[in-house]
Amino acid sequence: MCMRKVLFYFAILISPMIQAQDSPQLGQKVSQKLVEKWNSNIFPNGEGLPIGKGTAVYGKKVYQQYCQSCHGTDGTGASADELAGAQHDLTDNPPDKTIGTYWPYATTLFDFTRRAMPLDKPNSLNTSQLYAVTAYLLYLNNIIGENEIMTEKTLPQVKMPNRDGFINIYKK
Amino acid sequence: MKTKQDLTPIAGGGLLDRRLFLKKGLTFSAVVLSSDALANSDLIRPESSKIAGKPFLNYGVPSEYERQTIRWTMANSMADGNGVSWTPLQDLEGMITPNGLHFERHHNGVPTIDPKQHQLLIHGMVNQSLLFEVEDLLRYPMTSLFCFIECGGNSNAAWRKKPIQTKLGYFHGMASCSEWTGVPLRLLLNEAKIKGRAKWLIAEGADASLMNISLPLEKALDDCIIALYQNGERIRPENGYPLRLIVPGWEGVLNVKWLRRLHLTNRPVMARNETSKYTELMPSGKARQFTFVMEAKSLITQPSFGHKLDRKGFYEISGLAWSGRGKIKKVEVSADGGKTWAQAQLQDPVLSRCFTRFRIPWQWQGKTAVLKSRATDETGYVQPERDALIKARGSHGYFHYNAIVSWKINPEGRISHVYA
Repeated sequence: MCMRKVLFYFAILISPMIQAQDSPQLGQKVSQKLVEKWNSNIFPNGEGLPIGKGTAVYGKKVYQQYCQSCHGTDGTGASADELAGAQHDLTDNPPDKTIGTYWPYATTLFDFTRRAMPLDKPNSLNTSQLYAVTAYLLYLNNIIGENEIMTEKTLPQVKMPNRDGFINIYKK
Repeated sequence: MKTKQDLTPIAGGGLLDRRLFLKKGLTFSAVVLSSDALANSDLIRPESSKIAGKPFLNYGVPSEYERQTIRWTMANSMADGNGVSWTPLQDLEGMITPNGLHFERHHNGVPTIDPKQHQLLIHGMVNQSLLFEVEDLLRYPMTSLFCFIECGGNSNAAWRKKPIQTKLGYFHGMASCSEWTGVPLRLLLNEAKIKGRAKWLIAEGADASLMNISLPLEKALDDCIIALYQNGERIRPENGYPLRLIVPGWEGVLNVKWLRRLHLTNRPVMARNETSKYTELMPSGKARQFTFVMEAKSLITQPSFGHKLDRKGFYEISGLAWSGRGKIKKVEVSADGGKTWAQAQLQDPVLSRCFTRFRIPWQWQGKTAVLKSRATDETGYVQPERDALIKARGSHGYFHYNAIVSWKINPEGRISHVYA
């Protein structure tokens, strides 16, 4: 047996041993069910969206109760970011970055609101309220109609005005 | 003895050779005093030596005379936990940031986490989803990274038309440097067995904003760690206790604190913090996205805004340089607004993606001077002048400002921030 072959078989023999010594392998195997309960990521194609629905009409009430004190009347901004009502384009000086002029995906709006808003009462909005307030913010930005129903099916289909406004610098 | 030649400036404005104090023979000899024995009452003792000292503390704190060296905090008026605290770089030396002065960016405050209740889940495009207890992670092989963390939004005040007049740390201090110790991420990912299609990893924190962000898997496997320790002690709550993802050299926002979940996928999630924020709008109306690497930057920390030069003569110019691409290769300093440059001494150790301290001796002639520093990293990237950065990116990008910083010293020794 040539030396290279000997080394090859030797490598095969010891590789499981080396792997075993790499780390103590203490990760606990978990079920898909638990993973689903932990996984809150929502993707642009709608993967991860909960089943539910809402319209801007109800969303306006949710907004007034939970969001307006920081984001201002009709999303025009106050202590927190301006969300709607852009007066300028992205090429103006200064530019106006709102949901309507800047955000590339409608799903991000639902995802971020569910994770993080409102700041003083995180985790307080239910699924209907989340769909409704998302619909209201899209309506305020003239992206959908006042009575258009946002659901796990329709929300990913909303094409945001700035959908193609980004250049991936990482390119992978 | 110093020779006349050594004190000859090597660049405009009085910059001296960086090796001035390293040259042989330039040592200051100690003055040896001999005296006859003195009576005890004639011995000069400092006041502090005449009374018994204070008892021990279980955890040390800075001197009561250093209480001005603090983080400057800036929070949302409607939400105390939404904001930033800045590292006072103008008051610090060396390359390591003390733990209590590391900068913070919180989206919704500092969570209180009992490590016994905290777990890390790895799932998605892996053969086996795995859950790790904190105490289990403490048993894994560990490694240390000396690296900076810099917020992608650091230095954003410098995009403004007029130079902001405030201390260095209050507008460049969203950058800090620590020794982070923890488990190489690749060990845990390999344990879960990555599927071939996986290209991204979405990290999530356990704070009140469940902050999430996408990171290329390639980087995660290269040099990222799950840190449990910062500068030797367990990470403090405001820096991610009990677990923080460390992504060396890349935007601070990727270094997810209070890490609870890693989701392997074939695409980014397009979270708020990789679309509406941490992207840079350019004059064309298009925005740069996934601009992960923090490019080379340098700052003169001494002297800088708020310091005053009391008299002309010798000063040491000292500062920090870093690059998200690797090691700092050289730092040049100018005392005449960029007309002439001299190379500064880089203090050892010079480490990859880590703060590097630079120094250069200087004879201030009591006249107007404009100090600048310019870093070059090992890839050859040169820190740009402000004009060049704005020409390339416009001035509404907000993130990733890394241009040369200029300090103007007037004949009275007062220092202002200028665009020069």
